[in-house]
Amino acid sequence: MELPADTLLEMQRRMLRIRRFDERASRMVKRGQIPGTVHTSIGQEAQVVGACMALGDQDYMSGNHRSHGHPIGKGSPLGPLMAELVGKSGGVCGGKGGSLHLADFNVGSLGESGIVGSSIPIAVGAGLASKTLDNGRVALAFFGDGAANQGCLYEGMNIAGVWKLPVIFLCENNQYALSTPAHTVTSGVIADRAAGFGMPGVRVENGQDVLAVYDATKAAVDRARNGGGPSLVEVVTYRFNEHSEGLRIGTDYRDQDERANWLARDPIVLFREKLIADGVAKADEMDAMEAEVLEEVEEAVRFTDASPFPDPSVAFKDLYTEPIGARP
Amino acid sequence: MTVMSYLGAIGAAQREAMEADPRVVIIGEDVEANVYGTTGGSGKSRKDKGDFLEMFGTNRIRNTPISEEVIVGAAIGAAMTGLRPIVDLSYSSFLYMAMDQFVNQAAKNRYMFGGQASIPVVFRSAMFYGLNTGAHHSDRPYPMFMNVPGLKIVVPASPSDAKGLLRTAIDTDDPVLTFEACMLWGAKEEVPDEEYRIPFGAARTVRSGGDVTIVAISSAVPEAVKAAESLAEQGISVEIIDPRTLVPLDVETIIRSVQRTGRLVVADPAHRTCGAAAEISAIVAQEAFDSLRAPIIRVTTPDTQIPFSPALERQLYPNRATIADAVTRVVGEKVTVANADGSNRYISHHAPR
Repeated sequence: MELPADTLLEMQRRMLRIRRFDERASRMVKRGQIPGTVHTSIGQEAQVVGACMALGDQDYMSGNHRSHGHPIGKGSPLGPLMAELVGKSGGVCGGKGGSLHLADFNVGSLGESGIVGSSIPIAVGAGLASKTLDNGRVALAFFGDGAANQGCLYEGMNIAGVWKLPVIFLCENNQYALSTPAHTVTSGVIADRAAGFGMPGVRVENGQDVLAVYDATKAAVDRARNGGGPSLVEVVTYRFNEHSEGLRIGTDYRDQDERANWLARDPIVLFREKLIADGVAKADEMDAMEAEVLEEVEEAVRFTDASPFPDPSVAFKDLYTEPIGARP
Repeated sequence: MTVMSYLGAIGAAQREAMEADPRVVIIGEDVEANVYGTTGGSGKSRKDKGDFLEMFGTNRIRNTPISEEVIVGAAIGAAMTGLRPIVDLSYSSFLYMAMDQFVNQAAKNRYMFGGQASIPVVFRSAMFYGLNTGAHHSDRPYPMFMNVPGLKIVVPASPSDAKGLLRTAIDTDDPVLTFEACMLWGAKEEVPDEEYRIPFGAARTVRSGGDVTIVAISSAVPEAVKAAESLAEQGISVEIIDPRTLVPLDVETIIRSVQRTGRLVVADPAHRTCGAAAEISAIVAQEAFDSLRAPIIRVTTPDTQIPFSPALERQLYPNRATIADAVTRVVGEKVTVANADGSNRYISHHAPR
């Protein structure tokens, strides 16, 4: 699919945002500046951005614990996301969600989920609303290879299939559920499971190629928007960091050669080289973009630093749309 | 006013809400065929009262596969993006299949996302206890969900309450679970024909009295009324309060009543431990301690599972005999009230605590 230069450059910019944001977040976890932990999307930027950019601004998505890339990929500003990771009042959820529960309804991000697979039915429901209200929106559910073995995925695929809902089931197959290799707990090929529900299932073998991910997802999005119903897209990728930042696992569950091979296929480096080779941008322009993104992340940190922690009374807000409950 | 059954009143509220707002949809197992009698007229009069499928079409009346987790989750997602779904989950015991969606999505999304989401969805389910359906169909699980902040819990005990509370539930921007007791399905009374809404957190004083307060929940309400009628003949004046919604709970009405009577019995068909009766008892013990002239007594289903045989099941739920016995204990008088079948069982005394 031929894309205009500004779209291609925006892809690279969003991948860079995810990388620099997550690198910064990782450092902040290790320095104790972010409470708890975070799960980075470093290494998976092409998979995230290729999918997000295949969606329109009005489209919906739901996500999982590897959570920062999704809203960033959908265009959410970095400051409120970073402030949320630190638990500040200026956070996108006011400090009540944290890394695991980012949501930015302004960009169609209906929420990340700390429960593996749990947000898949939410995207199915968004697709149901879109179809019932006939508003032309589609919904995409991000889930990992681990969630691919949760029952709610198959309940969701079945109901989306029988109701022909505009839903894209996007499996981020980074090949490990924490330490467990996907092939040891997954029977058959995930993408092949789509056939059982009468929907297309495609496997993007090179999930480090943002355009390959974009093309596969865009085909599914177009199909959904045109009334063709749901699709399953499986993207094979790799997380470069540990499952979560600061996690120390005694066993070396990932083969060193395998890891080295994937690290050599950095989606941001690959796409930079392609953009330069295709004449879309010059090396110094790419350098400038990278500097701009670095500054954007630093600005997000300054935004976070300047934002106060929430007042304790905020813990009792937003449980309901009206003030009830919480007796002393 | 029209005489309506409990189920008919639910159907009327659903029809009014469907007509009033195109964002209201009904999804659930067997709703197209009106198997439970709330999505169209019932029995021979089905066509007279309007068939929902014909009136609203398959876009708004949706039969689902037997997939509770995605039914509940998709209803939440749809509510977050513009619909106002009513989900018919048929049996309350089926809610457990979707526990993650209730607890981690319905109850938490608005809170976790800092108020970005509103989740206007109603989950209706029927409690088939007392009808010899065995352990898998007889649950009364509302206390479990009272323990999940973010959900609103409704337990209508009469046709007119069922209609007015359901309408409020549909209009509410928060997730609501309504638990409908099948033992009440056939109850009939005059119900207003016009649209009306009963606010949440407003208890109904079913009967006024001065000696003892009974807080009765769901099917315990008519049993408490029967007990009170018999006790009145013995000179004991009973006040009955039906909270109608357990979250939010009308604490003030309960406290005010106990401050006058000085005695409290809580009749609750759910299990005893950590139940609605336990919570109400604790609140009263804390907030009206000075008024209490006797220990609070809970009349609940004992902490056992529900057996199939009628000979085993019938004794377990609060009934007029066990409720009246509790009343006589708090007033210190010995009065015996027999059940309709002549039985007089005080199972709650003997059950393991």
